[in-house]
Amino acid sequence: MAESVNLHVITGEPQAARPYRFRAMERFLFGGAGMLALLGLLLQAPWQISLATLAVALIAFLQLKRSRLLAAIATGAMALVAANSLIDLVDQPEAINAGFWCLVAAAWLLAWGCVDQLSAIKTLSRSYRTVLNVLIPVLFGLWLLILWELLTRGLNVPQVLLPAPSQIGQRFMESRAILWMDFKQTFLRAVLIGYAIGCGAGFIVAILIDRSPFLQRGLLPIGNLVSALPIVGVAPIMVMWFGFDWPSKAAVVIIMTFFPMLVNTVSGLSAAQPMQHDLMKTYAASYWQSLFKLRIPEALPFIFNALKINSTLAMIGAIVAEFFGTPTLGMGFRISTEVGRMNVDMVWAEIAVAALAGSLFYGLVALLERIFTFWHPSVRS
Amino acid sequence: MVSRHVNAAIPVIVVTLAIVVLWYVGAALLNLSWEKSVAERNGTAPSTIEMLRNTMHQERPVLPAPHQVVSEIIDTTIHKKITSKRSLIYHAGITLSSSMLGFLMGTLLGIVLAVIIVYNDALNKSLLPWIIASQTIPILAIAPMIIVVLNAVGIQGLLPKAFISMYLSFFPVAVGMVKGLNSPSSSHLDLMRTYSASSWQTFLKLRLPTSLPFLFTSMKVAVAISVVGAIVAELPTGAVAGLGARLLAGSYYGQTVQIWSALVVASVLAALLVVIVGWLGDFVNRRMGLAHG
Repeated sequence: MAESVNLHVITGEPQAARPYRFRAMERFLFGGAGMLALLGLLLQAPWQISLATLAVALIAFLQLKRSRLLAAIATGAMALVAANSLIDLVDQPEAINAGFWCLVAAAWLLAWGCVDQLSAIKTLSRSYRTVLNVLIPVLFGLWLLILWELLTRGLNVPQVLLPAPSQIGQRFMESRAILWMDFKQTFLRAVLIGYAIGCGAGFIVAILIDRSPFLQRGLLPIGNLVSALPIVGVAPIMVMWFGFDWPSKAAVVIIMTFFPMLVNTVSGLSAAQPMQHDLMKTYAASYWQSLFKLRIPEALPFIFNALKINSTLAMIGAIVAEFFGTPTLGMGFRISTEVGRMNVDMVWAEIAVAALAGSLFYGLVALLERIFTFWHPSVRS
Repeated sequence: MVSRHVNAAIPVIVVTLAIVVLWYVGAALLNLSWEKSVAERNGTAPSTIEMLRNTMHQERPVLPAPHQVVSEIIDTTIHKKITSKRSLIYHAGITLSSSMLGFLMGTLLGIVLAVIIVYNDALNKSLLPWIIASQTIPILAIAPMIIVVLNAVGIQGLLPKAFISMYLSFFPVAVGMVKGLNSPSSSHLDLMRTYSASSWQTFLKLRLPTSLPFLFTSMKVAVAISVVGAIVAELPTGAVAGLGARLLAGSYYGQTVQIWSALVVASVLAALLVVIVGWLGDFVNRRMGLAHG
């Protein structure tokens, strides 16, 4: 098995940063899971799940040294099976007793042990490491959702306070049409258009003032200052100037994204080394040639940094601007009105859309960064 | 030394003056159409100069001239009692207190998370991606919900607003501190090992001091966005008090001068806080012998 070959191989990366690891952790996690399962069995939890959890926890506890991957797969799968049957039980009031919560805790410890084992795997294989790096946070997120579901439904948390993920999912599926319309209004119009114009304008202004050190020295400190200011506050002014519809939101986004782009591009354009400048000079390169062939490529890491910062700023700007007035459409509008009507599950569905759109947007920019700055040390390593 | 400061200041001053001039021009141009419509309604035909002069003193201008904003700020800060509901200092104080509380809580949470992440590999791999992902979510979107839901549970006043600021400000601190706590070079860590220092001693005497410059850099970012958080958090509370409430009330009643003055005060507040944290960082770094140059 490839896994056992790779096991415990030191990767050659600087390990000094992390000399410390709780060695007792894994024993504690699996031992704890086993004991909680046993306790659950005694406290009248369903015996099938308790016994199975107990068995898997014991095997993991005793056979840990054989293979981390096997232990992780076994405990992870058992944790999911246990969670699944616990979620099936959660709606029967007579099933919710101390034993039930013991099993929840046991399954959770098993899942934690699984993640702990996975992250302790050392490997040289690059694709294997990529899979692990994706799998670990996904499992963590999944368990957050499972615990959320079990706790809200098991403890009968009022729906107004915190709806269960399944309720949110159901509401999401029911109101796809509304969500799509809001998404179109806020994201496809205000965010994307504002983002494109704001980032484009910041970039162009940076190129324009590139030849004037005086303007640079004047605009940079101001740009840095403005980046730290609560610019969202211009939202009511923009709503007054450009009306309720999406142009006012796009305007807020433009203002918010302009300055980070300007500041980053200006500092990126000065990132090229004197040696490189000299090389361009020996080629008799014109200003524009050296700009396009040397300085803009050198500035790309800075520019992408601004693009990433701006992707989140743009979402915030557009949504907050909608609190100041919209046509009856848009994610910010929906959130503030549905909160008023105590339809919290709808709010969460809208937040899920915003989260998904925000992460995908960010992910896309990060992907483009990897493609365009493949030569940069931070990407290469 | 002095001349270097002056040289650095000249371009900034010139650009600032240019912005003020542009602002005046913009105010004149944007407010002109209102003057024209007034003249039409009254049947008078004032000269262009006269109309331009009037654009500087409108009651509800599209874009108030800078001196209008300044005089409004002076009027609502110096000439009003601090306890008065119309005093901007009163509103700024409310925003300041909730953003400070949120900033402190966020900084603490960020440091604690960073320490946990640095010392637990499983959490480093599982939690850190989610912390980063949490910031790609427009978290200000859930501000109204947090406020209303906490209100329903009976938590009112400062704390819900501070939560929003905390959520925004913990992130830069956590990320910066993870970087900072991991920043000691391996030779430094090896030195600690030759001293047979315990991991607690290594943390206290090496990792923590080396992380301080990172901490203060992130705190500057954190304090700026905690002000943003506090302002946005004031929007859904029904415009009771605070700079965000002033913004909202101004936009309800079309009081542009009020909006602009609230905005300027908020900006000054944020800038002051950033400068104070920056000074604090410089001071601490100098005392720790970490200042470079």
